[in-house]
Amino acid sequence: MMENKKALISIKNLKMYFPIKKGLFGRQVSYVKAVDDVSFEIMKGETLGLVGESGCGKTTTGRTIIKLYEPTSGEIIYDGVDIAKFTPNQMLPYRKKMQMIFQDPYASLNPRMTVADIIGEAIDIHKLMTGKERMERIHYLLNVVGLNSEHANRYPHEFSGGQRQRIGIARALAVQPEFIICDEPISALDVSIQAQVVNMLEDLQRDFGLTYLFIAHDLSMVKHISNRVGVMYLGKMVELAESNELYTKPLHPYTQALLSAIPIPDPDEAMSKKRIVLEGEIPSPIDPPPGCRFKGRCKYAKPICSEQDPVFKDVGGGHMVACHLY
Amino acid sequence: MERLLDIKNLKTSFFTHVGEVKAVRGVSFHLDKGEALGIVGESGSGKSITMMSVMRLLADNGKIVDGEIWFDGRDLASLSENEMQKIRGNEIGMIFQDPMTSLNPVLTVGDQLTEPLLKHKKMPKEEAYKRAVEMLRLVGIPSPEKRIKQYPHEFSGGMRQRVMIAMALINEPKLLIADEPTTALDVTIQAQILELMKDLKSKINTSIILITHDLGVVADVCNRINVMYGGLIVETGKTSDIFYNPKHPYTWGLLRSVPNPKTLVKERLKPIDGQPPDLLKPPAGCPFAPRCEYAMRVCMTHMPPLFEVGENHKAACWLNHPDAPKVEAPVGRRHE
Ligand SMILES: Nc1ncnc2c1ncn2[C@@H]1O[C@H](COP(=O)(O)OP(=O)(O)OP(=O)(O)O)[C@@H](O)[C@H]1O
Ligand SMILES: Nc1ncnc2c1ncn2[C@@H]1O[C@H](COP(=O)(O)OP(=O)(O)OP(=O)(O)O)[C@@H](O)[C@H]1O
Ligand code: SF4
Ligand SMILES: [Mg+2]
Ligand SMILES: [Mg+2]
Repeated sequence: MMENKKALISIKNLKMYFPIKKGLFGRQVSYVKAVDDVSFEIMKGETLGLVGESGCGKTTTGRTIIKLYEPTSGEIIYDGVDIAKFTPNQMLPYRKKMQMIFQDPYASLNPRMTVADIIGEAIDIHKLMTGKERMERIHYLLNVVGLNSEHANRYPHEFSGGQRQRIGIARALAVQPEFIICDEPISALDVSIQAQVVNMLEDLQRDFGLTYLFIAHDLSMVKHISNRVGVMYLGKMVELAESNELYTKPLHPYTQALLSAIPIPDPDEAMSKKRIVLEGEIPSPIDPPPGCRFKGRCKYAKPICSEQDPVFKDVGGGHMVACHLY
Repeated sequence: MERLLDIKNLKTSFFTHVGEVKAVRGVSFHLDKGEALGIVGESGSGKSITMMSVMRLLADNGKIVDGEIWFDGRDLASLSENEMQKIRGNEIGMIFQDPMTSLNPVLTVGDQLTEPLLKHKKMPKEEAYKRAVEMLRLVGIPSPEKRIKQYPHEFSGGMRQRVMIAMALINEPKLLIADEPTTALDVTIQAQILELMKDLKSKINTSIILITHDLGVVADVCNRINVMYGGLIVETGKTSDIFYNPKHPYTWGLLRSVPNPKTLVKERLKPIDGQPPDLLKPPAGCPFAPRCEYAMRVCMTHMPPLFEVGENHKAACWLNHPDAPKVEAPVGRRHE
């Protein structure tokens, strides 16, 4: 379906390590390897879903792609240009093209700014509109995300969790970006508004040709919205496939466990459902074990899994997996 | 069963420069010991504020304007701040919806986790640290001995949420209020946290109030469900009644909005059209009426009472009046 499309973003061997300083004199003793050699592409106009265990590096991947962090190494090729080593000045035109809807709506909204100021800020930075036109755009955006114009002069603390998340979405849309990283954009919303926002994201994509990286824990929603889905585990991409393919034929044992744990909104099924319970200690990205990072919790683990890092490879039809079983 | 919490006609408002926001408009419900109650509903419907009222943690401009909150023999609505402090983090643990604003950015995770133990249990520092490490391990944080020395900003979103969960559980409270406790967690860890809660429920008879948008989570954990809309409880009943025999059009809309995880064809989702009521000027009639496809004339002018529609099952919708036209619910049949 996507084969004939061009990649908008190509990530090659991306690494993002955070140093941990210890002791009085702050000598670096180790690193959190939050993203550790990850490669994938995002096609123009597609939605790539990104799922995985909490702390596996999804947000860091997103933030590194839009260069909120300086990558430790690797390439970030946006529309043919490697921006990995760009200076803030060189990044400026890309700041308008790439936007992010943040995971934490509370921390990401300035409490001393009104909603109109928050949404207007990006319009001002990029000098897109002024005066009446700017105000009309703000009201339009509020309506798009299901708030109303009267909300424009209120402050973030006067809103409920879900309402604040929608302010963040309106802010991201304000500069008419090409590519949006949606980091848990809907998890704070009630299901009816989730449906509204997802429909809205789909409409915007159709109308403006937007490309999304959609990070979420709600696997049913990720499946609904994504063309392809990538699964991360402890800083690595372990599986990536077209979404129906991934949900019907998960190959990686971690993906299998993940899919089996989807909570089913049906009490009878919830009672009878069998989950694959993951045993074993969750390894830490501070000292990732050698070999496959999932081996300590994998019931199929073989000797080779402790020795060699499995290669992330295509096992047919664009279904990528990093596991010694395949 | 023994009653732990009894809320009677709770009304909470915020007094803002534009007027009184009536966030909770007369809410009554109860909770027994060892029971898990789910609260679902529209964003902004007053779920968090109801529970913040119980904890007496409202913003400065917020006030309980009416009602009683009976917890284990005391009316929390009339306790002094001093007495409330002995209850918070001790008899009642709360997991807040926004982990980043409720964790202190300048204190290490360990300092924050041990605080309730040092304060309420007067535990020696070393023992408290041991217990904190053990708690972090229980909520699935790897290398807890190292992690405990870090600051909240060095944790991922989901890890912060688990720190909050550990903090709420560390004193084994009688009541655990969990406001969207697993939204930032992946499903395997979510399953683990839900098991942990169910464990507490069965082992030390902790009662749980779980606010969540995830209908899969309530289906799994809760015995009963309150559905809230526009500052009111619009439907309440056993979990199976809410899923298989819902009696309120808002509940129908809610159940219809979730994507079917099994479908292979992409269907457009079915949200509930329209806007929730403005709580500055709450409507006289049914708060759902402007969005309700079944609305009748009476709905615009008269607030529907909570009709008894089954055993421990109530719904505030005029369709349940004996004279109303019979309407078949578009959702909520048991799957074959
Ligand atoms: N600024 C930072 N400094 C140090 N470590 C960090 C920083 N940001 C993230 N980390 C670490 O990097 C790892 C990956 O974090 P990240 O936020 O990318 O996870 P995530 O997959 O988005 O998880 P979640 O689903 O919980 O949001 C974690 O171990 C986290 O503790
Ligand atoms: N400090 C405040 N000042 C004014 N209004 C407030 C304040 N805090 C909350 N509100 C309003 O009270 C209402 C109820 O908010 P509450 O946080 O309880 O919603 P909720 O049901 O928890 O929603 P969500 O699912 O989005 O978290 C909302 O309409 C909100 O705008
Ligand atoms: S009372 Fe009327 S408007 Fe309200 S939910 Fe029932 S039918 Fe709809
Ligand atoms: Mg994240
Ligand atoms: Mg809330």
